[in-house]
Amino acid sequence: MSDVVIRVDKLGKKFTIGHMAGVESNFREVMTRSARNAWRKGLDMLKGRSMVDGDVVEDFWALRGVDFEISRGEVVSVIGHNGAGKSTLLKILSRIAEPTEGSVEIRGRVACLLEVGTGFHPELSGRENIFLNGAILGMSRREVRARFDEIVDFSGVEKFIDTPVKRYSVGMYARLAFAVAAHLETEILFVDEVLSVGDAEFQERCLARMSKVASDGRTVLFVSHNMAAVAALTRRALVFRAGELTFDGPIQAALTHYTDSLRRVTASRNWGKGANTALIGAELIDGAGRPSDRYEPGTPLRLRVVFDTAGMPGMTIDLLLRDNHNLPIAFYSMGIFGRVYLPTKPGRYEVTMTLEPYMLAAGEYFIDLTTAFTSLHDDHKVENAVRFAVETCSPEGAPFNFSQDLGVGNHAIKLMEPLRFTEVQPAPAAADGLKPAAG
Amino acid sequence: MNPIHPDSARLLVLEAGRSDRYYWSDLWRYRELFFILAWRDVAVRYKQTVVGLAWAFVRPFMTMVVFTVVFGQIAKLPTEGNAPYAVMVFAGLLPWTLFSSILGDASSSVVGNSNLISKVYFPRLIVPLSTVIVALIDFLISLVILAGLLLWYGVVPGWQILLLPVFVMLALLAGIGPAIWAAAVIVKYRDFRFVIPFVTQIGLYISPVGFSGKIVPEKWYLLYSLNPMVGVIDGFRWCILGGESPIYLPGFLLGLAVTFVLLWLGIREFRRTERGFADLI
Repeated sequence: MSDVVIRVDKLGKKFTIGHMAGVESNFREVMTRSARNAWRKGLDMLKGRSMVDGDVVEDFWALRGVDFEISRGEVVSVIGHNGAGKSTLLKILSRIAEPTEGSVEIRGRVACLLEVGTGFHPELSGRENIFLNGAILGMSRREVRARFDEIVDFSGVEKFIDTPVKRYSVGMYARLAFAVAAHLETEILFVDEVLSVGDAEFQERCLARMSKVASDGRTVLFVSHNMAAVAALTRRALVFRAGELTFDGPIQAALTHYTDSLRRVTASRNWGKGANTALIGAELIDGAGRPSDRYEPGTPLRLRVVFDTAGMPGMTIDLLLRDNHNLPIAFYSMGIFGRVYLPTKPGRYEVTMTLEPYMLAAGEYFIDLTTAFTSLHDDHKVENAVRFAVETCSPEGAPFNFSQDLGVGNHAIKLMEPLRFTEVQPAPAAADGLKPAAG
Repeated sequence: MNPIHPDSARLLVLEAGRSDRYYWSDLWRYRELFFILAWRDVAVRYKQTVVGLAWAFVRPFMTMVVFTVVFGQIAKLPTEGNAPYAVMVFAGLLPWTLFSSILGDASSSVVGNSNLISKVYFPRLIVPLSTVIVALIDFLISLVILAGLLLWYGVVPGWQILLLPVFVMLALLAGIGPAIWAAAVIVKYRDFRFVIPFVTQIGLYISPVGFSGKIVPEKWYLLYSLNPMVGVIDGFRWCILGGESPIYLPGFLLGLAVTFVLLWLGIREFRRTERGFADLI
């Protein structure tokens, strides 16, 4: 069982990205910039290069110097924070994108699931879309026909199988799409974050299906942010950080490594900037204003944000709180909720948001920060801008640690008033209530 | 599943700039996807329309009527031999519509299917080629109109009509070449999205569609034949109108050469850039 089916050697992928050098403030600057950019794009086109928007162009390595081997029948997860290069890796392995350097050798028939329902056409019926999607994923018509009943069964939409999918609910659509994907039978399977669709019951079925696939002796490469699923499904993990493979080994060690690397990344990174604003830094602070990465449940949640603004009116900062499965759990927006906007005098500012106490369950949390124009148009988005942890959560002082791992949510509800029990008489027999009215 | 899949033995190597030696056999292996994409486009085409397929009849028919009135009645341009003007126009309109719908649909097809291109692998050539089927089906429908016209005017085509499939093939190739070139270039520079409709619009008037090619002075005809559709349209008229419309052979061969050069350029550009499509789209 040690024959290698995937060999990746010094793999690298480069993108050219453009930045805006600054914010134009008057008509003449806008015009000269547009003229200059049009001129440069024209030159690019004559030279056969691809166009890049922006004033300053730079190379960006999404992946660099990646080496690993995967043997037949191995189930390996790929983990890393957003932008670490996981999806780029899958795109190269599945031949969607071309590597810039290095090489990949693959032995066997490959199927890749970067999303579910690729190519679904809203006007076509569920039945037609099963065949369409199957063909797109590389199944022959015969294979689809042989598994058709199984697919329909799995999706649970048999009643609507001849209805155009544009009439489906989001959940039905996702279930049908996953059902097709789940019946792909190739020797090598790449899966990218497709399990996060549908309701809890369906997700459970997806996970069960995935673990069946994993135990079938097929080679699976599995990308996910869902650490619980990763730990349950795989024994080996590749951890990526900023385009480099930083760890390759057993899953438990990988998870520890990942959490550590996440902490380091948060401490020292340049967040870049948006067109009109730039988030410079953000940290959680305690009651005395000292930076902290711990939050005590039931105390105000204080977040200090430093940002630059070019003075554009109507700009707001939005905050999204995520749990350790990366699921969004709470949201705050200066603009939408408070109708408070960033100052219109250009410069650098600091602001402290003191949010109401929260009984957050023990575990890790992440905050995404976004500056946006009236919350409609994202200007500068920083994912995982702040990471913090809750050590223990003991609602009402109970000797008990309410943690995210219990799977019963991540917020303990507190009572407003003490409980009072009052005795009530047993209800009258049900038959009385159902007696038809006379006359 | 079959444990000894033919692919198991096959070693796939991915490297920068490496051309895939299985490309053409892959194209064949993915033929089902080709047909299913074509079928999708056909199935979706007339969904949620009232008269549905009738649109495929109305459009070419109305164009024929307008051209016959404008060029034949008002401008009083000559027809070919004794052929009715309407039949002459329609014989030119058939290949032109085939050509221009291939050029229009195939060139925008890669960008139009960007959701597929960026999520799954398959030989990208399948996407523009599958749009050809849709254009062909519309063409077949138009043939019915042609049959009706021939009956109406009592025109009986000669043995030449048997060669019509050859010219249909040529019209396809003439369209596919520039179309896949444009499809590849549009991925990078969307400017060409605006160029193509312009080309088909102008091309309709500079190709001998609404009028007979015979009104172009003979000394210019070789130059005129650089437009590959001139030869194809002449060929169609020769097939349908028989002896009434002879082919100018040197011009036809020149058009043929241009067709194949464009086809070669198109395939080369497409193959050269297709591996970068997912990064650019």
